[in-house]
Amino acid sequence: MIVAVASGKGGTGKTTVAASLATIWDGPVLGVDLDVEEPNLNLFLHPVIAGSEMAHMTVPMVEEAKCTYCGACSELCQFKAVSVFNQVILIFPEMCHGCGGCMAICPEKAISPGQRELGEISWGRAGDVGFLSGRLRIGEAMSPPLMRRVKARLDQMLAVTGGDAIIDAPPGVSCPAVNAVMDSDVILLVTEPTPFGVYDFKLAWEAFTPLGKPMGAVINRAGLGNDAIYRFCREKGLPILAEIPYDRAIAEAYSRGRVIAALSPGLEATFVTLRDEIRDLAKPSRSREAAHA
Amino acid sequence: MTMIAVTSEGPSLDDLVDPRFGRAAGFVVVDLETMDIQYIDNGQSQVMAQGAGIQAAELVARAGVSCLLTGYVGPKAFKALSAAGIKVGQNLEGLTVRDAVERFKSNQVEIAAAANRPGR
Repeated sequence: MIVAVASGKGGTGKTTVAASLATIWDGPVLGVDLDVEEPNLNLFLHPVIAGSEMAHMTVPMVEEAKCTYCGACSELCQFKAVSVFNQVILIFPEMCHGCGGCMAICPEKAISPGQRELGEISWGRAGDVGFLSGRLRIGEAMSPPLMRRVKARLDQMLAVTGGDAIIDAPPGVSCPAVNAVMDSDVILLVTEPTPFGVYDFKLAWEAFTPLGKPMGAVINRAGLGNDAIYRFCREKGLPILAEIPYDRAIAEAYSRGRVIAALSPGLEATFVTLRDEIRDLAKPSRSREAAHA
Repeated sequence: MTMIAVTSEGPSLDDLVDPRFGRAAGFVVVDLETMDIQYIDNGQSQVMAQGAGIQAAELVARAGVSCLLTGYVGPKAFKALSAAGIKVGQNLEGLTVRDAVERFKSNQVEIAAAANRPGR
């Protein structure tokens, strides 16, 4: 089972929840940081890194001696990664989305595959918890290509070890966020009961609902704000799987890079219950009542 | 016949210079000898998520101009304009297209050696 921990608004507690879940999981589990633009799961799991590799994508390289400046590549490219001006062909590798169309369409075979560095993928272990993370190269504009490579490695790792994965997703509802949740079995939406939290939660619910995956809410900083988030969840039939109290001790533990499930027996119980609720949610055939009987 | 293009908020010589190049509303192309003008709409570049500057450079290159007058040009657009052999005059925002052209004709526009805006 792959659990994606996502949110509309940033800073609601995705990493806090992902790290705690991974720590209390019973059975083989991988903590995966797919927030490649600002990975921070490592700050809480403190993994020992066993290996890493640079990830690349294929971008065009032109052999200008072969180019007749016909402009077929330039006309095809929707991202202006290849542009032909009279007797000059320009390549902007950072604009390329990697479709390979320019190489396929070039009648002179003047365009060959080159590489653009996307970032680094690293993996290791934090005690019983496996760890996998991507880190985008500074200056790289697109995160989904690197995320796809991290997910490919996740599939390889799960094929060897079996077990489950907890994905720490990037915030928001744009391509990177959708990319992080689209291959999961369950989506957890972490939010806070503030107006900003509620507004972005609705956006996330709208963005992810068409994926047709089981979804549940975790309300962090419960006790803050108002009851709008509870009303929205009730209205949409979205189960609230856990509430984490608004508590200074939690903020202090977070600021020291600690996993909050280890902070008190009460918090540990919250995450153990959350884990069981997630398992229930992932099995839509089994009714919730039967599962608790 | 010398043609130059000016980024413009509208189709006439009395419209203001659009400070942006890639996402300019359009380009007023001026024949410096006759002062005849034609207008190129840049809407197709404005809607691009990325690469607007490169596409805008393709548009003005196709119009056959030798010089572009504008406010700011980013690095990719500047590279594309240089490849097309188009000289660039920058920092002309706030003027009308007519004033920018007059300034160019009286040699008061400096030809830029590099982009004056960071890339995105």
